[in-house]
Amino acid sequence: MLKHILTSLTGGPVTETAPAPADPALAELAGKLDKAAKARLGRSLSIREVDAGSCNGCELEIHALNNPIYDLERFGIRFVASPRHADVLLVTGPVARNMREALVRSWDATPGPKWLVACGDCAVSGGLFAGGYACVGPVEEVLPVDLRIPGCPPRPADLLAGLLALLETSAAK
Amino acid sequence: MYGEEPLFGLLNRIGTPVEGHRPWPRYRLGRDGWLRLIEGLAGNGWSLLGLWGEPKAVHAAFREDFSGDIAAVSLDCPQGRFPSLSAVRPAANRLERAAHDLYGLVAERTTDPRPWLDHDAWGVRRPLSEQPAAPVPNPGPYTFLPVEGDGLHQIPVGPVHAGIIEPGHFRFTANGETVVRLEERLGYVHRGVEGLMQGRPVAEAAKLAARISGDATVAHSLAFARAVEAALGVEVPARAVWLRALMAELERIANHLGDIGAICNDAAFAFMLAQTSQLRERVLRTADACFGHRLMMDRVIPGGVATDLPERGAGLLLELVAELRKRFPPLVAIYDGKASLQDRTVATGFVSAELVTRFGAGGHVGRASGRDQDARRSPGYAPYDELSFEVPVLTEGDVNARVWVRIREVEQSLSLIEQIVARLPAISRGLDHPSVPLEAGRGGEGMALVESFRGEILTWVRLEGEGTVARCHPRDPSWFQWPLLEAAIGGNIVADFPLCNKSFNCSYAGHDL
Ligand code: SF4
Repeated sequence: MLKHILTSLTGGPVTETAPAPADPALAELAGKLDKAAKARLGRSLSIREVDAGSCNGCELEIHALNNPIYDLERFGIRFVASPRHADVLLVTGPVARNMREALVRSWDATPGPKWLVACGDCAVSGGLFAGGYACVGPVEEVLPVDLRIPGCPPRPADLLAGLLALLETSAAK
Repeated sequence: MYGEEPLFGLLNRIGTPVEGHRPWPRYRLGRDGWLRLIEGLAGNGWSLLGLWGEPKAVHAAFREDFSGDIAAVSLDCPQGRFPSLSAVRPAANRLERAAHDLYGLVAERTTDPRPWLDHDAWGVRRPLSEQPAAPVPNPGPYTFLPVEGDGLHQIPVGPVHAGIIEPGHFRFTANGETVVRLEERLGYVHRGVEGLMQGRPVAEAAKLAARISGDATVAHSLAFARAVEAALGVEVPARAVWLRALMAELERIANHLGDIGAICNDAAFAFMLAQTSQLRERVLRTADACFGHRLMMDRVIPGGVATDLPERGAGLLLELVAELRKRFPPLVAIYDGKASLQDRTVATGFVSAELVTRFGAGGHVGRASGRDQDARRSPGYAPYDELSFEVPVLTEGDVNARVWVRIREVEQSLSLIEQIVARLPAISRGLDHPSVPLEAGRGGEGMALVESFRGEILTWVRLEGEGTVARCHPRDPSWFQWPLLEAAIGGNIVADFPLCNKSFNCSYAGHDL
């Protein structure tokens, strides 16, 4: 154990250089954030993740953001346990009808200013599940979406780029 | 009581085999035969492998664990009713409730008739039956089972949980800190997979199969592919068979590594998660470099595989094995040597051998409680019959035993990867990737049992002549593990629930479908 900790301390960081914030995402967001919100958020974001019908693939990659290699927290972005602590709702899945109410309630419980990020093809477009009796389809049919991160699932680097874009835009003066 | 009566002995007396069902037979029973089957089940150790509906029929599958014999049975139910198996096979209950919600089939004399997947939110009732009905105008709330007693209080949790996990509802009844009972309510991530598969070409349905449960995407794809190949009598190229096993073992290692770390993290030992999640990342990157997708989604397809291993693939895989062999054992030693961890995992979340047998639970949940079952070995499928591996089995039945089964499985999978890389058959010249085209014009019925990192997946499929899916039922291992989690937490403190839950790691999406 001790040896492990020493190696970890002396071995240098395992983190990678961050990707550049996604450009289209930046443009999409720029118009949406007003000055007051930017001032309030500074350079940190609290994210509440809501699985609204995901296959769990998206969650696995969101988890990866917390590993020491992507280490999301070094950017001031962290995942929180309740929508009441969150600035951002990160939503996955084609909004299963059985989850629709829970999703809306989570959004209502999130204090403003707040943003909604649709994560993964399912959340962006409904994916393969659109049109069935059990799913609503894209998240934007239920709630206003500020940022879309496509992919099935999006790679951690894409997620990171999207979230950094959100952060940059919200902190820009 | 195993082997008191051979499964086929009974089925040959009470049923007639149906043509064109592969590789195991399917018997059509009359109502009397179905009742005789229920009697037979009461006295025999046959495991339930699945139960699924169609508009006017119900099907179930069984295995005689002792001999390994497998069979499916069917009952036509023109009135939409059939005698319930739930009294003799409690694991059948939730499957029967699901068949009711989707197909309107009524299980007579069931132990629990409440809805399961249907939360009155679909805008339709019995969506997959011949006559879907209008929704109920003012649906009442779901009734949880009554709990009475002095000093009891209830803690409702979910569907949205505190972590980054899938949604489901847990209703704890506790006395002080001690959980007296847990009741689960699932179905929140029901996406209608079975309905969406119907009428789709096989290739499209395979994409849905890959998204039943993202963490077991290789295993579900494999189960679907094998069921389709069985139905059509298709032989896939040898290289594809071996590549499939390679992907399946990578998936197993990645998941076990993630879970072992997460369990320790829930015991307030974050160091372990930081370490194992790096190793997991390493596995996913290798998978990405070898197959072009970190989770290897859509890489196993009916007829073969969608990508071949690049030239440098073998080298990357051997490097990965070498690195894990170096970095994993010290972590195992830390897990084993930390009193603060052992204090939380030993004797926590106990599940008895009797219970795992009654529910036919597989995977690490079954094997940590003495149930020596692994689909890679029995019924077995290629290439595992040519590979040497052990199936770790423990008897303690607690969180610690489930962790150890996973540790041992990681070690076995590393050796399997090495063996596979060493013996991978060559690809025929002129092919981009090893697979065979599936011809249309032949329908059929097929079934497959595949071992995912979580346990046995059963997939049953009926194909139309034009190459579309008439009906597909993929049964995730979680169906038989979720009920045991309710038992595991009883008598433990509420704070131990995350540990128990993580040590099971049942799938919500795979179960809710
Ligand atoms: S986008 Fe893909 S990985 Fe994400 S939930 Fe949908 S199917 Fe799963």
